[in-house]
Amino acid sequence: MTISHEVILKVENYNVEFWVDGEWYPAAIDMNYEVKAGQVLAIVGESGSGKSSSSMGLMSLLASNARTSGSVQVKGTEMLGANNSLLRKFRGKEVAYIFQEPMTALNPVYTIGFQIVETIRTHSNVGPAEARQRAIELLTLVEIPNPEKSVDKFPHQLSGGQRQRAMIAQALACDPALLIADEPTTALDVTVQAEIIELMRNLKDKLNSAVLLITHDMGVVADLADEILVMKDGKTVEKGTADQIFNRPQHPYTQQLLAAVPKLGFAAPRTLEVADNPAPVLKLSDVTIEYPKRGRIPAFTAVKDFNLEIYPGEIVGLVGESGSGKTTVGRAAIGLLPIKTGSVQVVGQEIAGASHKDLRGIRRSTGIVFQDPASSLNPRLPIGESIGEPLFLANLAKGDELHRRVEDLLASVELPRSYRNRYPHELSGGQRQRVGIARALALAPDLLIADEPTSALDVSVQARFLDLLLDLQDKLKFACLFISHDLAVVDILSHRIAVMQHGVLVEQGMRDQILKNPQHEYTQRLISAVPVPDPALQKAKREAARS
Amino acid sequence: MAKKNVAVEATAESSENAIALHETAGLSQGQIIRKRFFRHKPAVASLIALIFITLFVFSASGIHLGTDQHPITIPGWWKYTLTDIPDTNFCGIAVGCPNWQHPFGQDPIGRDYFALVMRGAEQSIMVMLVVGLIGGVFGTVIGAVAGYFRGWVDAVLMRFTDFIITIPSIIIGAVIGFKFGNLGVVALAVYLGLFSWTGLARLVRGEFLSLREREFVDAARIAGAGNIRIIFKHILPNAMGVIIVAVTLMLAGAILLETALSYIGFGVQAPDVSLGSLISEYQDSFTVSPWLFYWPGVLIISIALCVNFIGDGLRDAFDPRQRRRITRRDLIKATFKKPAEEA
Repeated sequence: MTISHEVILKVENYNVEFWVDGEWYPAAIDMNYEVKAGQVLAIVGESGSGKSSSSMGLMSLLASNARTSGSVQVKGTEMLGANNSLLRKFRGKEVAYIFQEPMTALNPVYTIGFQIVETIRTHSNVGPAEARQRAIELLTLVEIPNPEKSVDKFPHQLSGGQRQRAMIAQALACDPALLIADEPTTALDVTVQAEIIELMRNLKDKLNSAVLLITHDMGVVADLADEILVMKDGKTVEKGTADQIFNRPQHPYTQQLLAAVPKLGFAAPRTLEVADNPAPVLKLSDVTIEYPKRGRIPAFTAVKDFNLEIYPGEIVGLVGESGSGKTTVGRAAIGLLPIKTGSVQVVGQEIAGASHKDLRGIRRSTGIVFQDPASSLNPRLPIGESIGEPLFLANLAKGDELHRRVEDLLASVELPRSYRNRYPHELSGGQRQRVGIARALALAPDLLIADEPTSALDVSVQARFLDLLLDLQDKLKFACLFISHDLAVVDILSHRIAVMQHGVLVEQGMRDQILKNPQHEYTQRLISAVPVPDPALQKAKREAARS
Repeated sequence: MAKKNVAVEATAESSENAIALHETAGLSQGQIIRKRFFRHKPAVASLIALIFITLFVFSASGIHLGTDQHPITIPGWWKYTLTDIPDTNFCGIAVGCPNWQHPFGQDPIGRDYFALVMRGAEQSIMVMLVVGLIGGVFGTVIGAVAGYFRGWVDAVLMRFTDFIITIPSIIIGAVIGFKFGNLGVVALAVYLGLFSWTGLARLVRGEFLSLREREFVDAARIAGAGNIRIIFKHILPNAMGVIIVAVTLMLAGAILLETALSYIGFGVQAPDVSLGSLISEYQDSFTVSPWLFYWPGVLIISIALCVNFIGDGLRDAFDPRQRRRITRRDLIKATFKKPAEEA
């Protein structure tokens, strides 16, 4: 069998612009690239770099306030300015998309079988029974368990990974020549992500399609891409083979981007001076947390028999996949959720069953940084007021004194003092998250709870955020419970790591002990699923796993 | 070193949501809303018209408050009042045609119709404002408390709301008008306000139910804020959009309700007048002296339309999902923004 390497997608002098308030703002400037059959081109860049907009524009899928110019050829046919019937013929048949969030990309009121059959029957002249047979074949191809039954399931009856597989099956329905995957694994847990990446690699080899992969995750890129195109502010910064980009990056931005990617197992060693017989700042013993039953939905035990102690000055990383109950633990530790049994002690005081007045005292010695910086700051308050609120309510400062303290806090998280009067929507995600820290640290707490504070941030912003958090922790010596799904981030920060699965603590220990010599089967799986941002290493790891 | 860091960060973070932020850069929430509101041309025109009508009406007829026994009166600039009966002029088969002396004509007894209409419009606007204030406060507080505390508080308050909704407002109005119509228009408006908050309460409750789950509410609770502070300082400003819009639409409803009540004879009692009672009284004179019918009708329609347009404009301004429709002309007129050169 000969494998053809014809050029599937050819993009020349391609521009995308958006109309905003009477002006055209460029989202992609002068892009040139081509993708051959059987090849993966990865477009990487941080949010706002134009990588998604440019790929949606290829098949004229942008909103009405966008315009495109230049040339986009799919198998030699010009797509820009093509009429709708030609575009429809190509969409789904020659060019298929895989989106980031399968729950929103699949229609919830139809079975996945129906949606796959719909795609098949739109483009080829086959009967319903035959199309259904083909749908089952496709589901087998994407390794969905029990395809004959799954074909009649609705999207909500499948797990996240299975939904993404169904989405891929739908994309592959008409053997497209070009597959555009827009952040296909971002919404998935690491272990599921590893499976999907594996699947995509196998499919690409089997079907010989061209793949345009859009992602911000360097680990995924290292695992899949043959060629890489780095974008920044709409401009193509660098283009080359995976080997060139990863091992010999030329442009400073590419170097900076690669340096910012946290690498598992390469973090600097962390030492901790321990006082003799310290009293734990946070002590959770035999904690069980239940979401009470509501109507006909039965009660759900989110956390079961959980034990954890955090000592002064220590950062403990709590890792687990989505739904493992790690956020629930964080919220219970600060008294936002009632616990069913067990005891939670913060600085020696019991939270379980404490009165409102006692809770207020306890909250003075705790702070929390939330996951989503867009939702955790009140959009109607200037950030200075948000930061100053704990001080004001604790009667620690008023008037000018309060303003001065707020400005000091802003300076300590490296934000200009003049930002005091700005509103959250005027700040970028990273800046908002820093405001979140400033607020959490306003009362100089003994315990800081950080609930996935970096998951909404770009890698370079994340790197600076983690540096800042480490600096502050060095200075202020607070104890910290750092909740995250990202092992590499936890590796950089923590002294100790605790691993959760299905509401149960499966393993805890010193950082190196967990990462280098994990005992529990789940921890081992979690660590081996993390993609390494280095093509050669990742390949070796992949082959080791196969044999 | 620290300075350099800030510079690096500025370049790293400026790209984030850059395009989405262009429209709102450097503006506070209030400024963004104002900008969007002023883009809605009918709403701005209505706002100007409504302010003009209000000032004109109140200054022409003066301000009349209090009961019959204890009136509080500030006279206006128009030479006639409700009770003056100047000489009637005759014109063909009709009496009291409009002329320079009486721009709106005279009614069959000879009263100056301009004075009557101004007085009627004043009453209607007064009803509108009082109903808006009372209904707005009740609706907001009941909805906020129900939505924030949930549980049995919510159940009790919402069942109470349901109960109020089951009573038709026109019947309540008729009973109130019949019993308290002689206490003056403000008393009538107060009672109407006490029965018109239900829709607003449901909207505010819904808004609170979703806002109370946002993380900034948890953040405020951890900062040590109590329930009252969280409700009024943190959640309420975020629900303001819904409240303002619902209240504006309620105002238009209040005007029409008062008009309807006066039309069926249960609203403002004679000798006082309102726009509704004027129309009701002279509905038969349409063929002979139509000015008696036109002027109050024109005022009712213009006030109700203005208020509705303003409400419409506010709803668009407060809804962040509301996108301005882009016309072909906008696209052609647009200039090209050059990307910032790399340093």
